[in-house]
Amino acid sequence: MDESRRAFLKTAGCAILGAGLAAPIAAPIASAVAGAVSAEAMPGELKAARWALVVDVKKCLQRENCRACIDACHVAHNVPLIKDPAHEIKWIWKEPFKDTFEAEAHPYLEKELADKQVLVLCNHCDNPPCVRVCPTKATWKRADGIVMMDQHRCIGCRYCIAGCPYGSRSFNWQDPRPFITTGIKPEYPTRMKGVVEKCTFCTERLVKGLAPACVEVCNKVAGPGTMTFGDIRDPGSEVARMLKTGFSIRRKPALGTEPQIFYLV
Amino acid sequence: MYDTGKIMTGLAAFLVMLTLPFWYSAATGKAGERPDPVLPKTEKKCVESRQYMRDYHMDLLNRWRDAVVREDRHIYVSQDGTRHEMSLNNTCMKCHAERAQFCDKCHKYLGENPFCWDCHLDRKGVM
Repeated sequence: MDESRRAFLKTAGCAILGAGLAAPIAAPIASAVAGAVSAEAMPGELKAARWALVVDVKKCLQRENCRACIDACHVAHNVPLIKDPAHEIKWIWKEPFKDTFEAEAHPYLEKELADKQVLVLCNHCDNPPCVRVCPTKATWKRADGIVMMDQHRCIGCRYCIAGCPYGSRSFNWQDPRPFITTGIKPEYPTRMKGVVEKCTFCTERLVKGLAPACVEVCNKVAGPGTMTFGDIRDPGSEVARMLKTGFSIRRKPALGTEPQIFYLV
Repeated sequence: MYDTGKIMTGLAAFLVMLTLPFWYSAATGKAGERPDPVLPKTEKKCVESRQYMRDYHMDLLNRWRDAVVREDRHIYVSQDGTRHEMSLNNTCMKCHAERAQFCDKCHKYLGENPFCWDCHLDRKGVM
């Protein structure tokens, strides 16, 4: 009994002494490391209650072989060009009408229209299944509705790819850099092997007060109104006006994901 | 004591081996090489003091990353009140344009292998 009490007092004394010595050393390190970064929002950043995109399908289909938006996006974001469909990386691309809007397709659909290529990208859903299944919060929905990716946190489990009903997410099965044939843009990072990537609605451009790269180039090439980006919650915005005056559809609405890419038909 | 001679010789040899770096640099007059990162010529001051950057740049970058990617805050207010866009590619690398001349010098010396460069690039597009 005496022995164990003696041992206990020794240990306790050493521990208190140790903690006392360590505190002055640890305190400044802890305060420097744990302190939140003193940061502000960028002045001039485009802000919205809810970002949305309206694609005028008729206008888009008039320019059947146009790839302006796809090229602009993929060059700006260092998206590799991989031909093998099992490995390819896509942020924005084209799918046949009958696959894009499978609920609208039927045996009597005009053959021409069924095979027409419709522009598709991440739908930035209001109820995104990818976010729900991500185990690391590497993907999440921002306050302005953008479904964002944090490549630093992605562990490459591909649950989000399984969860997304639109095929909007691509997995890097290999180092993408050798496949960036247009020249790597140092202003924007590439991705690494083992992470998932997708459209981010150009958050890096919104910060600088610019519309997404696809919308900007489309306005130049096809004229305004083919792709329109804006705040859907703002009744005075162009996107809200277009949806009020035109007939629009969304991809797979029955799934309840509430996609925010609207197609004027 | 048994084997006094052997033990003392062994101890002496051990002490010589242990202090060999000191003898070596005393004899040759040159110490081990230190890393010599090339500082940018265009700017005199980094976003924080030299000592702060030396001690905490890795932590600063982690906090920049979280603020930009996860919180949509992009302007860093440094301790002396100057403002900088938080961006490894576009702010750090604007001055420290060549990773090999700056970052890698100390990282290689210390055997550090930060994974920044798996995705981020220096200004010359060198990976």
